[in-house]
Amino acid sequence: MENLQEQKSKSQQLEELLEGIWKQNPIFVMALGMCPTLAVTVSAINSLAMGLATTFVLISSCLLISIFRNIIPKEVRIAVYILIIATFVTTVDYAIQAISLTLYDALGAFIQLIVVNCIILGRAEAHASKNTPYIAVLNAVGMSIGFTFALFCIGAVREILGAGSLFGISLFGENFQPWVVMLLPPGGFIVLGCWLLFFSYLAKRRMQKLQELEKAKSKSKFKK
Amino acid sequence: MTQQNQNSLSDSQTMEIPEQKSASPTTMIKALGLVSTICGIIIVSAYQMTLSSVEENKRIATERSIYKVIPNAKKIEEFLVETSPNKQSQDKTIISKTQFDLQNQNQNQQNQNQQNSTSFDEKFFAAYDENNKFLGVAMEGSARGYGDVVRLMFAFEPSCECFTAMSVVAMRETPGIGDKITKDKAFLENFKALSAKLNEQKNALQNEIRTVKNGQKQNAWEIDAIAGATITSRAVGVAVNEAAKNILPTLMQSQNLEKLQKLQTSNDNEKQNKE
Amino acid sequence: MNNKTTLNLVEIRPSPHIKGPRSVENIMRRVMYMCIILAICFVLQYGMSALLSIIFVTGGSLLTEYYLCKTKTQSSGLHDYSAAITGLLLALTLPPGFPLWMGFVAGAVAIALGKGLFGGLGYNVFNPALIGRAFAQAAFPTAISTYTPSMLPNRFLEIIPSTLTLPMMAPPSLKTWLEAQQQTLTNLGNGLDAITSATPLVLWKFDFIATPYFDLFTGLYTHAMIGVSPLLVILCGLYLASQRCLNWKIPVSIILSAACLAWALHSYDPSRFATPCFTVLSGGLILGAVFMATDMASSPTTPLGMWLYGILIGFLTVMIRNFSGLPEGVMYAILFANAATPLIEKISQRRVFGTGGSDKHMRKGATYPLHPGYISREEHSAVTPEKVIMKHKPKPEDRRKPQREEQ
Repeated sequence: MENLQEQKSKSQQLEELLEGIWKQNPIFVMALGMCPTLAVTVSAINSLAMGLATTFVLISSCLLISIFRNIIPKEVRIAVYILIIATFVTTVDYAIQAISLTLYDALGAFIQLIVVNCIILGRAEAHASKNTPYIAVLNAVGMSIGFTFALFCIGAVREILGAGSLFGISLFGENFQPWVVMLLPPGGFIVLGCWLLFFSYLAKRRMQKLQELEKAKSKSKFKK
Repeated sequence: MTQQNQNSLSDSQTMEIPEQKSASPTTMIKALGLVSTICGIIIVSAYQMTLSSVEENKRIATERSIYKVIPNAKKIEEFLVETSPNKQSQDKTIISKTQFDLQNQNQNQQNQNQQNSTSFDEKFFAAYDENNKFLGVAMEGSARGYGDVVRLMFAFEPSCECFTAMSVVAMRETPGIGDKITKDKAFLENFKALSAKLNEQKNALQNEIRTVKNGQKQNAWEIDAIAGATITSRAVGVAVNEAAKNILPTLMQSQNLEKLQKLQTSNDNEKQNKE
Repeated sequence: MNNKTTLNLVEIRPSPHIKGPRSVENIMRRVMYMCIILAICFVLQYGMSALLSIIFVTGGSLLTEYYLCKTKTQSSGLHDYSAAITGLLLALTLPPGFPLWMGFVAGAVAIALGKGLFGGLGYNVFNPALIGRAFAQAAFPTAISTYTPSMLPNRFLEIIPSTLTLPMMAPPSLKTWLEAQQQTLTNLGNGLDAITSATPLVLWKFDFIATPYFDLFTGLYTHAMIGVSPLLVILCGLYLASQRCLNWKIPVSIILSAACLAWALHSYDPSRFATPCFTVLSGGLILGAVFMATDMASSPTTPLGMWLYGILIGFLTVMIRNFSGLPEGVMYAILFANAATPLIEKISQRRVFGTGGSDKHMRKGATYPLHPGYISREEHSAVTPEKVIMKHKPKPEDRRKPQREEQ
């Protein structure tokens, strides 16, 4: 097992960590875990709390699944994954209740829904069950950073437009007219769509630049 | 987008799961058993570690709301209200929680029959200032709102027979719409002198407290709903009405009011630092 | 090539080579003229604020359309008047005192989400003006429900205070301004000086006060809080229908079905349900029926489909008005029916002749469409009896027997 870890070079490990943040961002690229995205991102602090809760569950469940990957027979693997994920979700549930009751009220039923968050089950099935614990945890860290970042983007916009505040601090004063729709589900879809548009535009521009670079390289090669 | 097409299965570069023939039941049972044991240990330890904090948080939330509705309170005493169904309101009593617990400890086995006939299911909190002067009563009410149940704390003053303040203990209403009940000044004005007079026999409210449409409040026992948040406003009205109906007929009996005037136990709840 | 020479382009097109007046641009131009007439009426009723509102809403729509067309994802450009029509119609459905920045946002969202998202003119699933209004209703619910009376004496001189709110700021309360207007009216002493406090629909829904029909119909007489005069809308609709710019089936079916259902409900309980005339004349029903529901891209194209579509809208409008918490239901009814349009079209397709189908009058074995004189092998064998293959050959004695019986 240790040989395989050494085989993966440093750059590949870094790639594992970074891919979850930008190239394979779970929300903006893979479009997984839409349910908590749309429901919880009503305010920035809620999105951050949900992101942190999912981070904890993702990292610990990927770790545990990766440790047990050779023992779990493939017929029962989904049941085992869900068992492990549910365990950590329950732990997070108690932890949030112990930390702050207001946060628990705000996040509501969505903490229990982390169990069926596609990101966690998807990464467990596709990645953690096939890689060493170290790699699995690296990837999980990257994915969860990407997820929290995406949630924060959406939550910040919805809170600024829908309540005129960020993290509870009123930004525009008393006379601000909040766009009530941003706090309702349609606003969530609209904001998510706008961010997806923005990200795909950036990705497209990057592709174009890479293509131009390739063309320039091949032209120079051809000329030589 | 080629990046989207990148199958995440391609991550499995190095590790190949050795081809297994269909695993035998014993292997599956062993694996499941092992995993379940470990998960069980994790859950139970998490529960134990957080149990005290969770209880503490709930108590703090209740207490914080009491201090919010009765601003000058320094000490709180919890009282239990008798709710035996076959007794008249005149005969029902209130008893402080500490005394109730003491009674239970002493007369555990002997008076079980007596305890069964007198049940104390409702409770409220009496607030006193630093000189042990009686300030008012805080009672909890809950009702079904737009989301889950809305739990509220109401301050009641026996001398004016009216509610004087309202604060939210826990709610899951739509942010920006239902949660206006905490911020809307006009709505909170309703609770400055919400009348809850009892009828002559003192066994029920003279006028039921209800929520009316925004701008149509005409009587002191009505609550003006927030325009655009009617369901949550109505839940508040239902909550305060239920709390009043269950507690006030017993509370307003003269013998019970006298009990409130003096701070009965030495087990005071010091005012905690507000967070 | 010399830059100055012009190439004479010859356009080659397949048949049919008939050129008629009904192109998209012609239709849009006629609708645009009618919308301008309605806009003039709106400004006459409500004055300066209405003019500013129309300008800003239409400006929002046009700007968004311009930027969307620059990205070359849209099917047509600004030269057809569709963006302007969307803006105008949206402005006619908004209250005249609607803050200008909100109107701008509503116009921009109407084009961006209602048309641009789907690919431009002809591809939109929903009516863009109604999408804009639905967004504005969800985003600014209190501002969109504050109406002001029409035909006020000072309407051309002063602007309603909520119109000029700064961007992103909440509009001020109109209570004092309305009281001032009431004061001016009583001072003038015209006799028609009572200002109602809400739109006719809201008055009926919550207080059961019915507004007189004449006021509802013309909207130019008293200070009732209605939109554009329904009478004018009907006249414009008649002109457009005569010019074949909109199909008369849709507005007629909407109005008839709404009236029928309202009549049925009214005869059941007159105190709770409004009369059919009131239902048809109040709110945006006539404007929606004539201008919004007939948007060609979002309404069915088959005749039966148009009737079904209209019946659905009328039915839903009356249901929403009477049984839900909202006073006005036309917008949601039309959006709902727009969503149902593909289904309606599917079930209302005309029968296409010549492609097979029921076999009763079909020639057995013939291939359709029929070519005269040609009889296929199958058809020939259908006419002449096929050889019947029997399990065992009949004996010669049996074969002769029927012949003898015939003789």
